[in-house]
Amino acid sequence: MTALTVAACGGDSGGDGVPAAAGPNEHVDLTLATFTEFGYEALIPEYERLHPNITITHRKTGQGGPYAQDMMTKLAAGSGLADVQAVEEGHLSDILDKSSKFNDLTKIGPADAGADRWLPWKYDAGKDKNGKLIGYGTDIGPDAMCYRKDLFAAAGLPTDPDAVKSLFAGWDSYFDAGAQYVTKTGGKAWFDSAAQNFNAIVNQLPVGYLDTGDKLTVETNQGIKDAWTKVTGAVAKGESAKLTAFSNEWNSGFKQNAFATKVCPAWMLGVIKEQAGPENAGKWAVTAAFPGGGGNWGGSYLTVPTQSKHPREAAELAAWLTAPEQQIKAFEAKGNFPSQVKALQSPTLLNSTDAYFGGAKVGELFAEQAKKVTKAQYKGPNDGQIQENVAAPALQAVEQGTSAADGWSQFVAGAKKLTR
Amino acid sequence: MTVAGKIAPEHPAEVRRPAPRPGFRDRLARWDVKVSPYLYVAPFFIVFGIVGLFPLLYTAYVSLFHWKAGDDDPDFIGLDNFKELFADAQFWHALENTVSIFLLSSVPQLIIAVGLAALLTTGIRGATGWRVGVLLPYAASLVALGIIFANLFGPKYGLVNGLLQTVGLSPVDWQANRLASHVAIAIMVNWRWTGYNALIVLAAMQAIPRELHEAALIDGAGPARRFRHITLPLLKPTLIFVTITSTIGGLQIFTEPKLFDAMPGSNNGGSTHQFQTVTLYLYQTAFENFDLGYASAIAWLLFLIIVLIALVNYLLTGRLARTPGRKK
Repeated sequence: MTALTVAACGGDSGGDGVPAAAGPNEHVDLTLATFTEFGYEALIPEYERLHPNITITHRKTGQGGPYAQDMMTKLAAGSGLADVQAVEEGHLSDILDKSSKFNDLTKIGPADAGADRWLPWKYDAGKDKNGKLIGYGTDIGPDAMCYRKDLFAAAGLPTDPDAVKSLFAGWDSYFDAGAQYVTKTGGKAWFDSAAQNFNAIVNQLPVGYLDTGDKLTVETNQGIKDAWTKVTGAVAKGESAKLTAFSNEWNSGFKQNAFATKVCPAWMLGVIKEQAGPENAGKWAVTAAFPGGGGNWGGSYLTVPTQSKHPREAAELAAWLTAPEQQIKAFEAKGNFPSQVKALQSPTLLNSTDAYFGGAKVGELFAEQAKKVTKAQYKGPNDGQIQENVAAPALQAVEQGTSAADGWSQFVAGAKKLTR
Repeated sequence: MTVAGKIAPEHPAEVRRPAPRPGFRDRLARWDVKVSPYLYVAPFFIVFGIVGLFPLLYTAYVSLFHWKAGDDDPDFIGLDNFKELFADAQFWHALENTVSIFLLSSVPQLIIAVGLAALLTTGIRGATGWRVGVLLPYAASLVALGIIFANLFGPKYGLVNGLLQTVGLSPVDWQANRLASHVAIAIMVNWRWTGYNALIVLAAMQAIPRELHEAALIDGAGPARRFRHITLPLLKPTLIFVTITSTIGGLQIFTEPKLFDAMPGSNNGGSTHQFQTVTLYLYQTAFENFDLGYASAIAWLLFLIIVLIALVNYLLTGRLARTPGRKK
């Protein structure tokens, strides 16, 4: 069936159950749901100018957590989702599990939004088990390491971004350097919290909490057990500041110089600036090294739920918003690090520097880190909940005095309960 | 009764000669008397049916399934969710936390409320100002309070630990220690609700006839004796009311423990669920893990527990409210 006949009959196209595109003069209202900052404020009017028959309503939510709950509820209810619905990487596994409720973007999306637009691991993570693409990648959070130059100097450690790279070569060297730091400073903490490091290590494993058959692996996956041993070992040596990430105490910790290093996805630079404040400008530095190679933490996807009445127009909008040119504009607006191959070569990105971090060429640095990520780890249903509600509290319990063995049993029992 | 009232017949229908057949107006009047009351109370029952009864019954239905949000065809598993729930240590742990927080908040809260009310009835200057002041915490935003208190009880940089350290005491890890976390949450609850309860008790106190106190005064009873033997016994019904409302509120406590968690937005209630309450566990199961069937089972068990406690309350009330003089 040709596109012309599809438009002419205005019904179902090709029997795939997807409503046909609207005619060029037909007015279409689209909704776009995002959370926190996507940097789309200027892009939406631009898109409407380019497509006079389309009106976009942008629903913005402040926090990712409530946004995801709202999304899952609407998904379950079968109505209320936006035509283009943003999904955070941490909640993607829950969505991929329900991929039948989303459109396959390879089928309804424009031809220019092909696999070659994105970094391969970012593109692959948006596909379900059967290879159906349900999300176009927006931003990513390539991991690097942030550290405090002044605290390093006081502990007799090197401070130059190139000189510290060897400390961050692997997790063993990282935790060894931490043990040294603790001894030399008389007990000051090396990192902010155990869970932040544990998450990063588990993310680098070939298989995560669940295998591709959605079976829980925590008891049999040696990589997870090793990560647990390493991180809790570092806690025992006093390397953790024991601050729950994003808590008020953690925020205060930045101002109180509570820790010397921090796992640093691209977006964390903004968090550090905000929490450490102008009085600590120039003390923080970032280097293009991350223990165990590369890693990614965070980033989002744009999906088109089957609830949408105008899926083709929605897919077109999502494709346009995730095109390299637009993602560079979003990067300029809010600093969201792009995931598109061409955007990562853009001079705007490569030449961007950050005065707060000693004028580091952060665009180039994170682009380099993004390329170190080799493949997307398969995330099964409840993956995010295992990380947030089981692993993180169990590690916090260890930080609060529970033995590493008891913490491990708490973690295993909790993960089993969640995936029963 | 007025003069007009005497002249006008009390029951006009009886005085008038009975009509051979009741007219339309009469029938309408009779219908009015019979049906109208039901119509007047109907809105409540209709609204209750929609937002109360239906969800209650539907929840019971959902609790019989293994139902994850978004599932196309959930599996019917009968009472398995309840079986699992009875063996779920986390649920009983959460129930213990709830009862513990409830006792730590309600008991001191009611005692302080009665004391505060007693102070407010004495002829203090600017009584209205004090009374408004007592109610102010209740008017403040609960969420804002939760955030402020969670900050005050921060283990490292919190104000409370700062104060403890300045007076030479060792700091308390308010979030890690189970009892300490319950105390901190109870303080939050008390701060907000004590004034509210004090005002209710105060209203009841002011309704106590002055003559009783005057008579006791003549008999030579001091303030303490009059409080024990006049004020307290006459306050009994009010105290029972306040107890029941705080019991219901206490068993449903949610916002304070949720905001007390260091991890923003977390429903864990601490690293080992040390202050996770039943409603928090219910919320986590339903809206974070999307296990709707199991969450419905929790909701029903909580409902039954509340009914049970309300029943106990009712029986105790019946016993307590009977004053000794009227005993048969």
